[in-house]
Amino acid sequence: MRKNAIVRWIDHRLPVVNFIEKDLIGYPEPKNLNYWWNFGSLAGIVLVVMILSGLFLSMHYTAHIDHAFNSVESIMRDVNGGWLIRYIHMNGASLFFVVVYIHIFRGLYYGSYKSPRELLWMLGVVILLLMMATAFMGYVLPWGQMSFWGATVITNLFSAIPVVGPDIVTWLWGGFAVGNPTLNRFFSLHFLLPFVIVAVVLLHIVALRIHGSNNPVGIDIKNDSDFIPFHPYYTVKDLFGLGIFAMVFAGLVFFSPNLLGHPDNYIPANPLATPPHIVPEWYFLPFYAILRSIPSKLGGVLAMGSAIFVLFLLPWLDRSKVRSATFRPITKILFWLLVVDVLILGYLGGKPPEGWYVIFGRIATGWYFLHFLLFIPLASWFETPHALPTSINLSIKEGTATAIASAKKKGVR
Amino acid sequence: MRQWNWKIGFASLTVLGLVFLSAQRVGAAESTEPVPQDWSFDGPFGKFDRAALQRGYQVYKEVCSACHSMNLLSFRNLGGGAGFAAGDEESSGPGFSAEQIKALAASFTVKDGPNDQGEFFDRPGRASDRFVAPFANEQAARSANNGALPPDLSVIVKAREGGADYIYGLLTGYKTPPADVILGAGMNYNIAFAGQQIAMAQPLNDNGVTFADGTKASVEQQAHDVVQFLTWAAEPNLETRHRMGISVLIYLAVFTGLLYALKRRIWKRVR
Repeated sequence: MRKNAIVRWIDHRLPVVNFIEKDLIGYPEPKNLNYWWNFGSLAGIVLVVMILSGLFLSMHYTAHIDHAFNSVESIMRDVNGGWLIRYIHMNGASLFFVVVYIHIFRGLYYGSYKSPRELLWMLGVVILLLMMATAFMGYVLPWGQMSFWGATVITNLFSAIPVVGPDIVTWLWGGFAVGNPTLNRFFSLHFLLPFVIVAVVLLHIVALRIHGSNNPVGIDIKNDSDFIPFHPYYTVKDLFGLGIFAMVFAGLVFFSPNLLGHPDNYIPANPLATPPHIVPEWYFLPFYAILRSIPSKLGGVLAMGSAIFVLFLLPWLDRSKVRSATFRPITKILFWLLVVDVLILGYLGGKPPEGWYVIFGRIATGWYFLHFLLFIPLASWFETPHALPTSINLSIKEGTATAIASAKKKGVR
Repeated sequence: MRQWNWKIGFASLTVLGLVFLSAQRVGAAESTEPVPQDWSFDGPFGKFDRAALQRGYQVYKEVCSACHSMNLLSFRNLGGGAGFAAGDEESSGPGFSAEQIKALAASFTVKDGPNDQGEFFDRPGRASDRFVAPFANEQAARSANNGALPPDLSVIVKAREGGADYIYGLLTGYKTPPADVILGAGMNYNIAFAGQQIAMAQPLNDNGVTFADGTKASVEQQAHDVVQFLTWAAEPNLETRHRMGISVLIYLAVFTGLLYALKRRIWKRVR
């Protein structure tokens, strides 16, 4: 019970202090979380940074095809600190994807999508989809060459839909080509969607709190010695991670702000001049490679959509009861092969679709889908997992590696 | 085992980084890679060379501006650069004094209006005016240049793969074409340009300008100076950015170090 009478009065009517004490400070977390678990809270912080920097940019930006490019340049030149805000927003988008991709791969490795966290995982995939839509529309706003042609290529994907496709594209554009109505609505939606992301993030957190965080050994919390309160242990650990991240972020913003961008986007949009190679931002390259690997427009679009959609099915494709890949010898190899596969797809997505690039693109695309639809289900049926530690506390004391070794020696299965 | 995973994770992140870098290199395939030059503005402590900026502006004004606009720049920018008064010692711009800029702007004729009779009129330029473009519109520019459009140079350094090195390579890349190369009508041979045929005739010649500070105006010197100027024009806040970046990184390094120590100390309690 709180001593302060005012706090007590408020808490009796609106339990904010109670919420902070119980759910933020004292919230129990497994004590064995490693640094890969930093990326969840980091993603939340980057989201806030993006919303704030974006808010200030929107105060100076002009969403009109004749003025957008110059208004961004005016932010860079005439607005006090404008260059800083813009470079933070621009590089923040890239780093948001770095953080979220690591967060997703962490979930894949440690089986964080498994029961009882299926909805938590699916909400995460929804956030990824929303982020992609938001990032795509944001990239259109400076109205450079890649903005315009990227928008043209991506919106044209919808024309692959049978019968109504072309009408849908016209409807999306608000005209018969990417033009002023398109830019206006993209600005509007780019402003709106981050708040939708915030809403889904809140649901993501609600879903997280019912069963708590997964952990590196992937077993449930058994007793009190398995957990520690969120504060101060994970607040300080997350803050330290944030410090490292901020240094990477600052390094990019201050010393190489255009490294991850494309030079063509400093050329004002010109509907009459197509760039030699239209490439999306790097974070879309793996999906772009999948799109181009299928020799049919509709097929390519479906494959690209399925590449994300398959993640929704993952909790049911993986039948294994063991969460962490640490104890699953085959799944662990498959995981690293998937990492390499996605990196290869990303590399190929930035190359022109010709010659060997196409062939490797098809192999890598095939592997991506086989991983989720065949290898993972098969592995979860046939693989024999190592013996799991009996508790999180013991797993730390013994060390995971020795636990596996001794389990092997004893022939424990 | 955990150690091993960590290493693989780190290695794959490094690969990821390399992939990003290589993914950016698309599009440079047809032209020769620009030769990296030694620029004063390179690196985290990089600064502009004030004298080179002034000479570079002279090259732009006397050579480039015959065909190329710089619509995003105003005469006032030629002083200290963004956020600085003209002639400011700490400036990051070419550093012309306020009087020099006024005189310079006044040497241009600017179309203004409509006045209270509804007419457009010519007047001498002011420091607040934008650089005066050589052509009234794209059609006029194309018709005067054999159909080719000279691009605006405001952000050209950021708008080309290879940046400053590429522009330098282009300006110094005019060579006698090999015997087997047949040039199109009005085209020029340039080893830096994609396809080696460029509509722009060789703009820089030895002693094509006379520098007030006595610097010998070789093609390389002029190219170096004008690229320095164009880099500043594309990124006028570069010096402020570098200065602030150093402070921010020092701050973050100390702060993160303290957080690490704190983390170690707090986690000691966990057994």
